[in-house]
Amino acid sequence: MTKQHTILYLDGVSVAFDGFKAISNLSLTLGRNEMRAIIGPNGAGKTTMMDIITGKTRPDIGDVYFDGVHDLTRLDEADIANLGVGRKFQKPTVFEMHTVEDNIALSLKSPRGVFAALFDLRSAEAQGRIDDILEMVRLSARRGEKAANLSHGQKQWLEIGMLLAQDPKLLLVDEPVAGMTDAETEETGRLLKKIAQTHSVIVVEHDMHFVRELDVKVTCLHEGSVLSEGSLDFVSSDERVIEVYLGR
Amino acid sequence: MAEATVQPSKTTANRIEIVLIGLGVAALLALPFFVYPIFVMKMMCFALFACAFNLLLGYTGLLSFGHAAFFGGAAYFTAHAVKVWGFPPEIGILTGVAGAALLGLVIGFFAIRRQGIYFAMITLALSQMFFFFCVQASFTGGEDGIQGVPRGTFLGVFDLQNEHTMYYFVAANFLLGLFIVWRIVNSPFGLILRSIRENESRAISLGYSVQNYKLAAFVMSAALAGLAGAIKALVFQFATLTDVAWQMSGEVILMTLLGGIGTMAGPIFGAGFVVALQNMLATSDFPVTIATGLIFMVCVLIFRRGIVGEIYAWLERRRGEKPE
Ligand SMILES: Nc1ncnc2c1ncn2[C@@H]1O[C@H](COP(=O)(O)OP(=O)(O)O)[C@@H](O)[C@H]1O
Ligand SMILES: [Mg+2]
Repeated sequence: MTKQHTILYLDGVSVAFDGFKAISNLSLTLGRNEMRAIIGPNGAGKTTMMDIITGKTRPDIGDVYFDGVHDLTRLDEADIANLGVGRKFQKPTVFEMHTVEDNIALSLKSPRGVFAALFDLRSAEAQGRIDDILEMVRLSARRGEKAANLSHGQKQWLEIGMLLAQDPKLLLVDEPVAGMTDAETEETGRLLKKIAQTHSVIVVEHDMHFVRELDVKVTCLHEGSVLSEGSLDFVSSDERVIEVYLGR
Repeated sequence: MAEATVQPSKTTANRIEIVLIGLGVAALLALPFFVYPIFVMKMMCFALFACAFNLLLGYTGLLSFGHAAFFGGAAYFTAHAVKVWGFPPEIGILTGVAGAALLGLVIGFFAIRRQGIYFAMITLALSQMFFFFCVQASFTGGEDGIQGVPRGTFLGVFDLQNEHTMYYFVAANFLLGLFIVWRIVNSPFGLILRSIRENESRAISLGYSVQNYKLAAFVMSAALAGLAGAIKALVFQFATLTDVAWQMSGEVILMTLLGGIGTMAGPIFGAGFVVALQNMLATSDFPVTIATGLIFMVCVLIFRRGIVGEIYAWLERRRGEKPE
């Protein structure tokens, strides 16, 4: 894939923390409206890769491009988010003191400037979007409650709802089904597949049933670089993947 | 906002606040017939000052230790504008507010680059620089301050020399200031400020330029503190170094914490309490600072959320226990 045709393009990226190489010569490309599952043992660098894409961590070396043209290594976090990169964190990170509804309202794609926020009243259209999203993540009944009162799985969903509200071009979803019941996990899979019809998505997940349900190309990371890539069947029969990840 | 978006967890606090507002406004209108108007006017100045400060500490999570610069600075600007330039009171007040906002822009610009204790230290250092400027500058009148500031005639109609007219003029400004704070806090902008307070990095990851928001909140807080200081200069008809000194920055922190940060009523209550206490002890031999210090300690130890904050929390808990 040439750079122009990708939504995300990483080439030769490395980053070290106090001499420890968390990401090492990582190259990975994602097509527009593609969904990719990323697997790999703990410490493989999956979360760090997301930190690099969102501008939270700067790579020591390597290219990171969004939509073929935007050099993400030169932009700050808020700019990258506004370009259309949204993220769900590994540890669910919602505003606990806000209501469920306010969490969505805050994430809603809208002008992010100070003056816009001061004089903007919530339009009927925005309210409609909020209602739709709450419906989608099944939190309509709890819209007025503080997010702190939600269960772990519901917080995961609220954060997915926040992602939907942002309506980014690229969604980075870090371990979305951790702490969910089987039914919730299945529901999340369906939701992500629906989102992936119109968005590019990267999902990090350990739950192999869930990854199978997604039915997309899989990349296995190990020690900060790509160990294996292809269909789930191909990757899970790869000797090296079995050795470092599956065969425990 | 639509009816449907009124949130259950907020309604308790809302209902109390509506009742409090009703009682407060009624009391405000009646008070000058029962107590010295000047005493209530002083309370209003400090209550507005504390509310302005709370916009930053309570809703944005930024502890400024330099708010005296805006309060006292505006007092000087207004006093100078009406006394030396002969401005009418309304333009004099606007001069003070604009000056405070400008000071806020400069001090805020440097302070928001750091967090926590460093933020507080930068605001302290810069406000101390402003204090020394006020000591040295000729227009402030040095140790004497600016004395004999005329109150003037509001809009060329209302003679503010009349104590009751002045009182209602101050009350109107006070309510306007509170309304502005309330409006800011309850706008989408206020929601973003509270998000920054709760989790700054998450707000950034949603695409908010947190620095711009902090600076905007800082300038608004400074301007409103300036409004309080400007009015104080007209009420007492002087502006002195006391209002720009660091002790004044400390006092507003104390008032706000005492009443409870992050609520509208808390700082008003805290300021009223401290002013009343100062008034009571002014004639006794007991040193005021020791009394306020002791009460502050007791409050911080027992009521961690401040007095009003504890009352709200207690009502929340009661509501939670009730089977619905
Ligand atoms: N900010 C950081 N400072 C130091 N080490 C870090 C930092 N972030 C990640 N690491 C290290 O980098 C490695 C990769 O971590 P991570 O990306 O979280 O792995 P994964 O998400 O694949 O489990 C881990 O060994 C982790 O300890
Ligand atoms: Mg991780």
